[in-house]
Amino acid sequence: MHELPFVESILKITLEHAEKAGAQRVVALDLVIGQMSSIVDDSVQFYWGILSKGTIAEGAELRFQRIPAVYRCWDCGHTYPLDGQHLACPKCGSVRVQLIQGDEFRLESIDIE
Amino acid sequence: MTRKVPVVENIFKANDQLAQANRNLLDQTRTFAINFMASPGAGKTSVILRTIEALKDKYRLAGIDGDLASTLDADRIAATGIPAVQINTGGTCHLDAVMVQNALPKIDLPNIDVFIIENVGNLICPANFALGVHINVLVASVPEGDDKPYKYPTMYRGVQALLLNKVDLLPYFDFDLDYFRKGVEALNPGLAFFPVSAKTGEGFGEWFAWLQGQIDAFLQTANG
Ligand SMILES: Nc1nc2c(ncn2[C@@H]2O[C@H](COP(=O)(O)OP(=O)(O)O)[C@@H](O)[C@H]2O)c(=O)[nH]1
Ligand SMILES: [Mg+2]
Ligand SMILES: [Zn+2]
Repeated sequence: MHELPFVESILKITLEHAEKAGAQRVVALDLVIGQMSSIVDDSVQFYWGILSKGTIAEGAELRFQRIPAVYRCWDCGHTYPLDGQHLACPKCGSVRVQLIQGDEFRLESIDIE
Repeated sequence: MTRKVPVVENIFKANDQLAQANRNLLDQTRTFAINFMASPGAGKTSVILRTIEALKDKYRLAGIDGDLASTLDADRIAATGIPAVQINTGGTCHLDAVMVQNALPKIDLPNIDVFIIENVGNLICPANFALGVHINVLVASVPEGDDKPYKYPTMYRGVQALLLNKVDLLPYFDFDLDYFRKGVEALNPGLAFFPVSAKTGEGFGEWFAWLQGQIDAFLQTANG
């Protein structure tokens, strides 16, 4: 349920940019969501359906681009995707690792008419 | 004709802007704000109560409580004699900047030095919602296990201090302190770290000393 305030935010940003661009209607949104951002597509979709009603973005399609979590090992420099719960470096076993992608959550672009 | 308009905006921006407004207000009234986060039952309330007892003769304190785990938490904090407000989170899984903004007018900020927030018990959602506080504190606990930094990296990366509570239970759990610390160090190098027990009081001296250092530095620059 924590997606609600995010969807409010998405709608606000969408309408701002649509207005600036002189849009009659917003037909689609491109969202980028990292694997580690704990955002559920279905919940976003659900709240979007409710919140966008009566706006120029009503019914706009949501396109989700999922970014997988990728870690980099500080000890050997190896980069690797998150494999289940195992975070240690698969090459050298180090746990001195850092998330380098996978926590993003942004509105990349909107399609307008 | 359909055309694409680039946006590239962070969804957390609206909350971040409100958090900044909270921060500006707190800076104006010279109130140092602390946000305690943890999973349910890790010991946020217990740690906060000890912290209040240690600080209440030196600073003017106030607290707000958003934890759902127990509606009694605000009462426990109020029982220490400091002004305490229960935040109505409407059943959500985190506090956000709006809830804090709505709670701030209920507190006499110009006459408060330190403002303590107990966030909702959750290791995922609160990490994404800045409140506008001066320090975010994570209370981890031994029974949760030593792998939590690896599973909740966003939370561990976003805090300025980490307490590992319930160290009195270390003999009874397979908790590898070294593995835990390595995970923390990878995510948040140099993070202030305090192993404590809210049950026995062990380790709290270091935490109080560090926290007082932060508060005094803030109050000094705020006064100057
Ligand atoms: N053994 C032990 N138990 C603790 C400690 N700190 C808290 N507890 C217990 O853990 C439970 C949850 O504590 P509480 O402060 O309410 O956690 P919160 O839900 O994070 O606010 C309570 O039963 C406390 O008595 C500790 O350091 N050691
Ligand atoms: Mg509590
Ligand atoms: Zn490695």
